[in-house]
Amino acid sequence: MIRIALIIGMVASCTLGHATTIVIGAKESVTRIKDAIALAQPGDTLLIKPGIYREGNIILQKPLTIKGEGYPVLDGENQYEIFTIHTNHAVIQGLKFINTGISSINDLAAIKLLESQQIKILQNKFENTFFGIYLANSSHVWIEENELQAQAEFEHQIGNGIHLWKCNNITIDKNKVVGHRDGIYFEFVTNSLITNNHSEGNMRYGLHFMFSNNDEYRNNTFMNNGAGVAVMYTKEVTMVNNSFIHNWGSSAYGLLLKDIRDSKITGNSFLENSVGIFMEGSSRNHIQQNKFYQNGYALKLQASCDDNIISKNNFQQNTFDLVTNGSLVLNKIEANYWDRYEGYDLNKDKTGDIPYRPISMYGTIVERMPQAILLWRSFLVLLLDKAEKAMPILTPENLMDVSPAMLPYDFN
Amino acid sequence: MALDQVNLELKGGKSYALIGPNGSGKTTLIKSILGLVVPTSGNIQFTGKSILNDWKYREKIGYMPQIGRYPENMRVGQLFEMMKHIRKDKPKVDEELLDAFKLYKIYDKRMHALSGGMRQKVSASLAFLFHAPVLILDEPTAGLDPVSVEILKEKIIREKRMGKLLIITSHILSDLDEIATEMVYMFEGRIQYSNSIENLKAETNESKLNKAIATLIRQRELLESVTE
Amino acid sequence: MTRIIKYIFYDILRTRFIIFYTAFLLVCTFAFFQIDGDFGKVVLSLMNIVLMAVPLVSVVFTTIHFFNSYEFIELMLAQPVNRRSVFLSEYIAVATSLCLAFVIGVGFPFALYGAWQSISTLLVTGIFLTLVFVSLAFFSSVLTRDKAKAIGVALLFWFYFSLIYDGLLLWVIYTFSDYPLEKLTLTLIAFNPIDLARIIMLLQLDISALMGYTGAFYKNFFGSNMGIFFSASLLMLWVFWPILVSMRIFSKKDL
Repeated sequence: MIRIALIIGMVASCTLGHATTIVIGAKESVTRIKDAIALAQPGDTLLIKPGIYREGNIILQKPLTIKGEGYPVLDGENQYEIFTIHTNHAVIQGLKFINTGISSINDLAAIKLLESQQIKILQNKFENTFFGIYLANSSHVWIEENELQAQAEFEHQIGNGIHLWKCNNITIDKNKVVGHRDGIYFEFVTNSLITNNHSEGNMRYGLHFMFSNNDEYRNNTFMNNGAGVAVMYTKEVTMVNNSFIHNWGSSAYGLLLKDIRDSKITGNSFLENSVGIFMEGSSRNHIQQNKFYQNGYALKLQASCDDNIISKNNFQQNTFDLVTNGSLVLNKIEANYWDRYEGYDLNKDKTGDIPYRPISMYGTIVERMPQAILLWRSFLVLLLDKAEKAMPILTPENLMDVSPAMLPYDFN
Repeated sequence: MALDQVNLELKGGKSYALIGPNGSGKTTLIKSILGLVVPTSGNIQFTGKSILNDWKYREKIGYMPQIGRYPENMRVGQLFEMMKHIRKDKPKVDEELLDAFKLYKIYDKRMHALSGGMRQKVSASLAFLFHAPVLILDEPTAGLDPVSVEILKEKIIREKRMGKLLIITSHILSDLDEIATEMVYMFEGRIQYSNSIENLKAETNESKLNKAIATLIRQRELLESVTE
Repeated sequence: MTRIIKYIFYDILRTRFIIFYTAFLLVCTFAFFQIDGDFGKVVLSLMNIVLMAVPLVSVVFTTIHFFNSYEFIELMLAQPVNRRSVFLSEYIAVATSLCLAFVIGVGFPFALYGAWQSISTLLVTGIFLTLVFVSLAFFSSVLTRDKAKAIGVALLFWFYFSLIYDGLLLWVIYTFSDYPLEKLTLTLIAFNPIDLARIIMLLQLDISALMGYTGAFYKNFFGSNMGIFFSASLLMLWVFWPILVSMRIFSKKDL
């Protein structure tokens, strides 16, 4: 065992010792990236000088470090995929990718990883790319500090910003994705960490994942996306301290949870979304210490959800705090702060002495007849809600928070 | 009270006594002349011009209503100030009555604090205030004390001598005797009789106006019972 | 006419009601500021006042004032003054004093806190609602000679537009909820000045309410220049038709 390690060590030091840097540029001996890749030995570094490189599809099958100096531009001329990578231990850093081809058959990307491992994609810029970074069957990849920007008018003209299919152990950190179809797309991606990303103005979802268990999302911001964030058919996801802001539209959700189990949604902010969280067919999730502020519906809880715990959240200035389409009470709602709560706290334990029913009659009416939203803040609605509070007819009587907080929680 | 087929010509220099039982349409007729009541059909002319949709002609009319109704919160002085202010075009005002009634004593009183007689004095003073060539006085002496009645009557007679057109209604026929030259008798919205008082007295062989009118009414009733 | 307006102003000020109204609005606005320092929330609370109290005060005050100044009107009409100018003077004086009370009562605290911009919509719609309901109250006043009846009719206008109409609207939406109703509801909104004002304010102040849900349609409409023009002219129409109709009635009315 020790001997094997020794041999590997020797081989490694050998190759590292001979590692060279090939400089590519219009005034250098090597002018094309493809030539440099052909010349290079595994472990070499390619340093690309500023300039525009139009070389069609570049295929990388060697473990190389490719670095740009002053963001050299790699132009796909609206025809080609730019980098196709099938190797382990490679680094792509400091490049600017523009104008990949657009195809409805092939998923053309600026950087595509196929069955690769130990890859780092760092500090690159992407403009007007169909897919930005595309990973399939890869693992141990770091995607950090990239900026992806696209402008498309229609959903079919554009691919996803960061697209992952069947991957594991991926780190996606501090990237910015703007104007793609889905900002970040995961399908069958496990044990991955998504942190500090900013996904804004994407046509469909800011973040979209399916069948991606045991992932963790922290400190990301999802803003102004066509349909917000959708997470589906997944278990054991952790979503902490993310911001879901201004996802606006008739089918836009801050966060859409469909068939999600045993997950944790904590410390997130939901601001100005048409629907803060929409939950369907989801069970055993903890929704805690989130802030729901100025959403149309803070929480839409479909009757197909059960055993979820919704506690210690702040509900403030939402049009409707909670709506549901069922009458059974299968979830636990407790100790939240509701700014509409009108109860009292005689024993001064900071918990309201009478339960709060977060479902308003008008909310139920609007849920059934969306046009009725026109009557919001009218005298009639005020009267209806008061009447319903006194004598529940339309709203489930037992759906209530028995220990509402008197003051909003301070999550900062 | 609705007016029905009233046809009447009132001439300058004459004074008309408008007489009739309660609710016979005297006040309505006056209000029609003033444009306060708008006729549904027919026409009213003032110096040859229709008064419908006109308002200018009213500057030539001084009107004393039967029941003077004024902004209740206003003081008497303010009321006169306001009326003068609104008719700024008449810089010369006739304050004879104002002085005679000593109204300046009650300038600080609010309208709602005035008695009926005081109100009448205010109304009368207002009617004469702007030297109007036509004076319409609806029950001018009602509620006034005897001294004030005399003051008012003298004022009316003076105005009459100046050649003004006077239209007066009153229940106190003896008052009219001294003032009116013509008589218009109204009954149920129609003009039953219109003639000079001299002729009336001659017709009825009575020397007093009230007697003459009483005789006239009896004659009419007799006539009607026969025609029925 | 300005002379007549002046005297009506004096009269209105003398009753002190306008002063109370201004004070009431001032107290409310300051109280909202005390409860919540957030301008947005204060504006939203004030919105309820604008939608309910302002029309109510406008109709009641106007009808009472109209009947209280009947004597004045009679007096004026025996003078060489045009009926229309007497009527218009009444309208202008009443509407101006109510609007002033509103602008001072609501605007002053905001000016004090330096938040003029956030209430411009509220002020404009509030002024519009005042004008509309003063018009409607004049209309009900000339319909009848009976003060109690006129106040009844005026209150009915208020009650109808602030409650009954919305009930009917909800019923329509409920009955025809299977059909696309956007255009219809939009049309129906136009027939109620309070709803119109409410929607305009919602779109400016409480954006989360309309949620881009069905709201998107209305927002597109009312948010556009065309929509602003449309709603402003509708409100104008609501100011003008009752006052023109009542002026017609008044100029033929027997006093």
